[in-house]
Amino acid sequence: MSGMIIETANNKWEIICGLEIHCQIISKSKIFSGASTAFGADANEHVAFVDAGMPGMLPTLNKMCVRQAVKTGLGLNAKINKYSEFSRKNYFYADLPQGYQITQFLYPIVGEGRVTIDLPDGSAKDIGIERMHIEQDAGKSIHDMAPDKSFIDLNRAGVGLMEIVTKPDFRAPEEAGEFLRKLRSILRYLGTCDGNMDEGSMRCDVNVSVRKVGEDGYRTRCEMKNVNSVKFVMQAIENEARRHVEVYENGGKIEQETRKFDPTSGLTKPLRKKEFAHDYRYFPEPDLPPLVLDEAFIEDVRQEMVELPDAKKARFVKDLGLTKYDAAVLCENKEVADFFEKASGGRDAKKVANWMMGDFFAMLKDKKISIEESPVSAENLGKLVDLISQNIISGKIAKDVFALMVESGDNPEKIVEEKGLKQVTDSGAIEAIVEKVIAANPANVEAYKGGKTGLMGWFVGQVMKESQGKANPAMVNALLKEKLG
Amino acid sequence: MTVDADMVRKIAFLSHLKIEEDKIAETEEEFNKILSWVAQLNEVNTEAAEPLVSVNEAKLRLRDDEVTDGNQAEAVLANAPQKEYGYFVVPKVVE
Amino acid sequence: MMTDLTELTIAEAREGLKNKKFSATELNKAYIAAMEKGRDYNAYVTETPEIALAQAEESDKRYLSGQAKDLDGIPLGIKDLFCTQNIRTTACSKILDNFVPPYESTVTAHLKDAGATFLGKLNMDEFAMGGSNETSAFGPVKNPWSKNIPLVAGGSSGGSAAAVAAGICAGATGTDTGGSIRQPSAYCGVTGIKPSYGRCSRYGIMAFASSLDQAGPIAKDVRDCAILLKNMAGFDAKDSTSVDAIVPDFEKFLGADIKGMKIGIPKEYRVEGLDAEVAAYWDKAADMLKARGAEIVEISLPHTKYALATYYIIAPAEASSNLARYDGLRYGERVNGKSLDDMYINSRTQGFGKEVKRRIMIGTYVLSAGYYDAYYLKAQKVRRLIWQDFRDAFEKCDVILTPTAPTAAFAIGDKEMQKNPITMWLNDVYTVAVSLAGLPAMSLPIGLNKDGLPLGMQLIGKYLDEESVFKTASTLEKDAAFKRMK
Repeated sequence: MSGMIIETANNKWEIICGLEIHCQIISKSKIFSGASTAFGADANEHVAFVDAGMPGMLPTLNKMCVRQAVKTGLGLNAKINKYSEFSRKNYFYADLPQGYQITQFLYPIVGEGRVTIDLPDGSAKDIGIERMHIEQDAGKSIHDMAPDKSFIDLNRAGVGLMEIVTKPDFRAPEEAGEFLRKLRSILRYLGTCDGNMDEGSMRCDVNVSVRKVGEDGYRTRCEMKNVNSVKFVMQAIENEARRHVEVYENGGKIEQETRKFDPTSGLTKPLRKKEFAHDYRYFPEPDLPPLVLDEAFIEDVRQEMVELPDAKKARFVKDLGLTKYDAAVLCENKEVADFFEKASGGRDAKKVANWMMGDFFAMLKDKKISIEESPVSAENLGKLVDLISQNIISGKIAKDVFALMVESGDNPEKIVEEKGLKQVTDSGAIEAIVEKVIAANPANVEAYKGGKTGLMGWFVGQVMKESQGKANPAMVNALLKEKLG
Repeated sequence: MTVDADMVRKIAFLSHLKIEEDKIAETEEEFNKILSWVAQLNEVNTEAAEPLVSVNEAKLRLRDDEVTDGNQAEAVLANAPQKEYGYFVVPKVVE
Repeated sequence: MMTDLTELTIAEAREGLKNKKFSATELNKAYIAAMEKGRDYNAYVTETPEIALAQAEESDKRYLSGQAKDLDGIPLGIKDLFCTQNIRTTACSKILDNFVPPYESTVTAHLKDAGATFLGKLNMDEFAMGGSNETSAFGPVKNPWSKNIPLVAGGSSGGSAAAVAAGICAGATGTDTGGSIRQPSAYCGVTGIKPSYGRCSRYGIMAFASSLDQAGPIAKDVRDCAILLKNMAGFDAKDSTSVDAIVPDFEKFLGADIKGMKIGIPKEYRVEGLDAEVAAYWDKAADMLKARGAEIVEISLPHTKYALATYYIIAPAEASSNLARYDGLRYGERVNGKSLDDMYINSRTQGFGKEVKRRIMIGTYVLSAGYYDAYYLKAQKVRRLIWQDFRDAFEKCDVILTPTAPTAAFAIGDKEMQKNPITMWLNDVYTVAVSLAGLPAMSLPIGLNKDGLPLGMQLIGKYLDEESVFKTASTLEKDAAFKRMK
């Protein structure tokens, strides 16, 4: 059990949480129009008349959005529904031009699935996926451009979204955080959503309730909409759960409502109440007949599936001998995993992993750059490891070589060649240096022979210094032992 | 089923229409007249009937993912009652 | 001028143009003059004579160079529900009083491409909701057959039917959701066809009830309907409900032998409120077809009597959603308020007329939580049964013959009709079932009643079988020998 328990004087409470995640689909054009989905255009430039809800305009469904949904469904180990329907969700809002959102309701394109998350204690937990459907995004209202006016930009209106609904399986804020990281990783692997929460391409609604440990069923839940970072999601869950506990402990009642998460305080507060509750009046979208997929369509998408983080991680552990931790780190991001596979191909993968987890990641962090911007290519990192394995350079020299690689972008062979950093493995040459060092330090030789064997390290250092670090350390050790008796 | 005054108010709210308080009773009466008329459908046994969604039993066609539209902000905004800097403008939205 | 050019059918006018008996410009000028003289009918809400004349000039050039197209120079009126680029389009609602679409509907684009000229936009019930044209923000259309008291032209395509009857356009576009082409055609003594759902693209036609709306022509006779429909129909990728089927040359079915065809007469259609004269004409029409060798068979459409109630759940439900976009934000009339919600509510409350508001509210109610299953879902299921009834019936017959409406046109402002909305809705009793089933149906004039008012007969075909409808209609038209007004 990894769940979080909120203890009070008399009770133990557990958290029940489910997430609804809106993910912007990666496609060139919008889900129901031919307008571009590109970000950053002038206001209302990427708008077809249907996106603006102009009279008589009709939606047509983008094939890519359907493919991306199927692919995501497969990535979530979920059932792909061959029959699905679009529905209208009716409500008035300034950035909802039609007065309804085209979404899926009774018959979503993706059914039940599951995602496995790794917990800090090393255990794994399955999070159930309830469903996933596709729908259109709304436009954007800008409220801070003038004191008494709001401005509406419809560029985002009609961009395709996938809404993933989880089962209420989260028992701790960390589980939800881990799930979001995992989901983002899967979506990026699949190339179906870029998963940037801070840019709004992945947005999270959080449903929270609590119940006493051992209690059956669920208590009333509250929803926090558009919580836009993993950290805030975790904060919202914990603070909302604590609020529920406090209300119950004081003999109060939780009302089912939508609340707003305030990132500055970390607390949630109720939205302004309207006279009557929302009633979305879903009904089948009469402008779009039912969506019927055949096996060939699904199979075609399946052919495009890539190895997902879980499978890759397992392979790295099993076939390449990485630790679970290293494999997890290297697999979280597809670009990192790809880099690693390229760098480690045909080599000692563990050594490559060590280099990546060490100097390489430190360098990226130091330079504040992404792996795609790295001055050291995967091929060159692999070659560096080769040079060490082949005893051409020592591990210590390799660190210097790496620094030069970062500086110049050059390949390590060239650097080693040009700077004359090749390791000396000629036993005659090393022997000469060893003898020279012994001859120059009779006092220490005496002391060593008298039992101060700790001096061995000092002798090795002297030899290495004399060889400008190029002597093979193993050979130096062996020769010294031999000569010093 | 019949509606009461409160339901009339709720429907008006959901429809974003205003019914003056002195017209509520009249609307309520008219509504109930219509509802009792459509209640004749209850006579029909629909147990075996699938709801009809698409009258020509069409299947949804899929469009290729190409940018073929947009870049017409002027036309999109041409009929706007109020616009500024390329945006539609509305009274301040209070969350 | 040799004859009044406005008395010619489209087929006749086309012949005259081809043979250079008159020019497209002359033809259009004749109609423009008639349109101006006929303003008393209130059939047009926007007149565009300058556009028609400019188009006619182009047509004349094509006639001279021998490159004339199918409808070159033919002056049409366009129902104000079709968006026409750069021409005000209002759906006869105050809320769209100033709306000028930056795009063209597929149907009107097809007609333009075929060389037709546009005289203007035609009056209709607001957003096509009504059966008498009295819900129009521009006031009712006066039926050209009116005697002492002004009669309704029917609705919702009242302007289209009246304009054709009065000879102030050669033909017109209409739309039909529950009878809006057929019923006004019957009231005005003209011919109109609602094709199979999906035949004509709905792209650019302001939606009333998307699963029912279909465009079609209203014209002086069956042949003109065939000519117009051929040029209006066709697959359109921009409408996901458009049917990808070949559009036949409907004209070639006209006058074909109907010997051996089975004509179905639904036994349930002898409803209460069916006018005795209408019933008599119905029998007469059946006899005419029988005399031509068709076989008359009795059929049963048991769920037909529930069609109206079904329709008045489904159509308002879809309408309540389709009309949500009219909020004064992006286009149309805005009535300001202190908040966004106030602006919405003020714009919609003042912009929509009574019948539209009534239907939006009914639609909202039947879709709302707790009532959806009892009303909307139930109606969808009954719709399935109605659809199935027709399928079964068409096992036994090729075409179904019924009256178009239970009575002739009534007076504008009729007290009974105003008192109870349902009374008005009952005029659609013969047309809505066909709409719910998505089938093609035509109304053609069969004769005059004792008051000298036209009555219409409806011919219903199988899905996508407009062919049989045209075939039967052309025979019936010949034998009925109805004398057009113009």
